[in-house]
Amino acid sequence: MCGIAGLIWKGGVTSDIGSEMTQMLQALKHRGPDSTGFALYGKGEEGVHVMRFKVAEQEEMKKGFDIHRRVIERKAEVDTRLEEMGAEVTAREEATEYAFRYHFKFGGNLKRLIDFIEDIDGVEILSVGKGLELIKDLGDATVVADQYRLKGFVGTHAIGHTRMATESDVDIRSAHPYWAYPFNDVSVVHNGQLTNYWTKRRDLERRGHRFMSNCDSELIAVYIADRIDQGEDLESAMRRSIDQLDGVFTYLVATSDQLGMAKDVMAAKPMVLYESDEFVGLASEEVAIRSIFPREIDTWDPYQGEVKVWAA
Amino acid sequence: MGSVSTSHEMGLHEEQLAGRTQQMYFSATEDENFTYPWSYEVDFDKSAEFDAADMSISEINIKIRDLMKSGHGTITVQNPRAKHSLGVGILNRLNLKFEGSLGYFGCGLIDGPNVHITGRVGWSCAENMMAGTVVIEKNAGSLFGAAIRGGDLVCKGQAGARVGIDQKGGTIIVGGSVGAFTGFMMQRGRMIILGDTGDNLGDSMYDGTIYVAGKIASLGVDCVETELTDLDRKYLKGKLDLYGMEAPNGIDSIVKLTSGKQLWNYDNLEPTEKKLVL
Repeated sequence: MCGIAGLIWKGGVTSDIGSEMTQMLQALKHRGPDSTGFALYGKGEEGVHVMRFKVAEQEEMKKGFDIHRRVIERKAEVDTRLEEMGAEVTAREEATEYAFRYHFKFGGNLKRLIDFIEDIDGVEILSVGKGLELIKDLGDATVVADQYRLKGFVGTHAIGHTRMATESDVDIRSAHPYWAYPFNDVSVVHNGQLTNYWTKRRDLERRGHRFMSNCDSELIAVYIADRIDQGEDLESAMRRSIDQLDGVFTYLVATSDQLGMAKDVMAAKPMVLYESDEFVGLASEEVAIRSIFPREIDTWDPYQGEVKVWAA
Repeated sequence: MGSVSTSHEMGLHEEQLAGRTQQMYFSATEDENFTYPWSYEVDFDKSAEFDAADMSISEINIKIRDLMKSGHGTITVQNPRAKHSLGVGILNRLNLKFEGSLGYFGCGLIDGPNVHITGRVGWSCAENMMAGTVVIEKNAGSLFGAAIRGGDLVCKGQAGARVGIDQKGGTIIVGGSVGAFTGFMMQRGRMIILGDTGDNLGDSMYDGTIYVAGKIASLGVDCVETELTDLDRKYLKGKLDLYGMEAPNGIDSIVKLTSGKQLWNYDNLEPTEKKLVL
C-alpha cells in the first residue's frame, strides 16, 4: 500500500510545485511512512543537464566503515570521470552529505557518461534531465522536502510517492520515483505489485537495460524506457503495458512535457482524478488533492484499464 | 419446483426470527427490539451544524455522537474535505448532511440514519449498511456499498469498480456508469444501474437482481438475463421516482439480470465422496 500523487499545470503555467507536491505527499503519509520521493519538472536551461546522484545509502552513512572519508572519495571520483569524459560542470550543490545536484554541459553520448559514473562503487544516478530533478530519501514528505530544500521549486508538473515497503528493502535505491535510465526527463511512480517481474526483468536485462534495485516498480520505468527506445510514444507504450505487465498496479509517468496515468484491468489500486481547464491533479486519495484545493471540486475514479496522458 | 412448496410447508418462510446475538437476546414481537438499547433518542426538529475543516476524523465523529446524545436529530457537517471514515457506526435515526466530499469508508456500519452527501465519496462508502438511506449527489469510488444488508444507497453520479460486491440485501442505485466486477458474489438485494457497466457484471452472483439501463461490457460467470415483469417495472418506477431519478430510455429499456444458479452445488457430493457413499 503506497501513496502516489501527480500534478500538472496546463498551457505552460508554472507554480511552486515543490510545496504543492510536499503537501500532497504529506496528506498521503498514512499510506506509506518508509520513504518519500519527488520527481519535479522545472524549466531548465537550454543545453544544460541537471544530474541528481547519491554516493551512499542512509544505512551505510550510519554503519559503514570509514564512510565519511569514502563519500568524499566517491564524489571526487565522479568529478574526475565527468572531466575525463569532457563534461563541463557549471554548478555543484550538496543536498546532503551523500546526495548531490550537478549542472553540466555535455555534447557526447550521455548513456556512456552515465554508465561510466555509475561504474563507481556506491554511486547511483537518480536522474539526468533538462527539467527533471528526482529526489528520494527516507522519512515523510516534510522531512525530505526540508532536507533537500524543495519548497519554492518552480515548475510545470511533478509526480511523487510515499512508500510502504512490501516487496523490497527500506532504502533509497528501492524508493520511488524511478528514472527511466538513460532517457532524459522520464520518471515513474507506482502503487501495486507486479507478478511477472522476474520474467520481464530477465527479458529486459538481455536487451541491455540496467536494474539498480530488486523493487518491482523499477520494471515499469525500464519497460517504458525500452518502449521509448523502440520509437513508441508515451501513450501507446502505456497502453501496451496494460497487457504486458501482470499484477495490480496504478502508475504515473512523467516526461519533459507530459504526465500520464495507467490503471490495471482489475482496477485494484485506487486513483482519484481532478481535472480543470488549467490543472490536473491525481492521487491515491482525495485528501491529497484537497490539501492544495481546500474548496469543493469535482473528482472521479478512472476505470479499469484506463490510460490518460496530459501535456504541460 | 417441488422444493419451493416443501419449504413453504415446512414454514421456513413465515419463521419468526428469534434468538440471541453476541450482545443480547431478542424476540421479533417486542417493540423495543427495533432499536439498540445504546442508541440515542433524537428529535428531528432540533438541528445543529458545525464546520469540520480543522477537525480530525475522531473529533468529527465524537462531535456527531455528542450532538446525538444531546438530542439533535438534524446535523449538518460543513467542509468534510474528503476525510476518511466520517459518519460511521451511527445506529439510530438521524438526518445527517455532509456539505462536501467524504474519503474512504464514509458512513460505514450504519443502521438507521438518513444521510445526504452533496459532494463525492471515496472507496467503500456505506460498507455493511443495515438500514437507512445514503444519497450522494456526485461520484462514488470503488467498492460502493460493499456487503450492504439493507437500506437504500443512491449515487447520482458514476461509481468505480466492484459496486455492491457481496451485497446481502437493500438497494443500490447508481445514476451513471459503474466499473468492472459490479455485483461480484452478490447474494441478495437489488441494484439499479442507469449508466453503462464494466466487464464481468454480476460475476459469480448467488442471488439478487441487477437492473441495467445502459450498455453492458460483458456478463460474469453465471449471470443471466431474465424477463422484466410488471412487478419489476412498478418497483423501478417507485424507487427511481423516490430519488428523482430517471432511466435514460425509459423503464422498458432496462435489462434485468439474475443468477443462473448453475454454480449452486451445495447439496451435491464431490465425485470422490459419492464413491464413499456407494
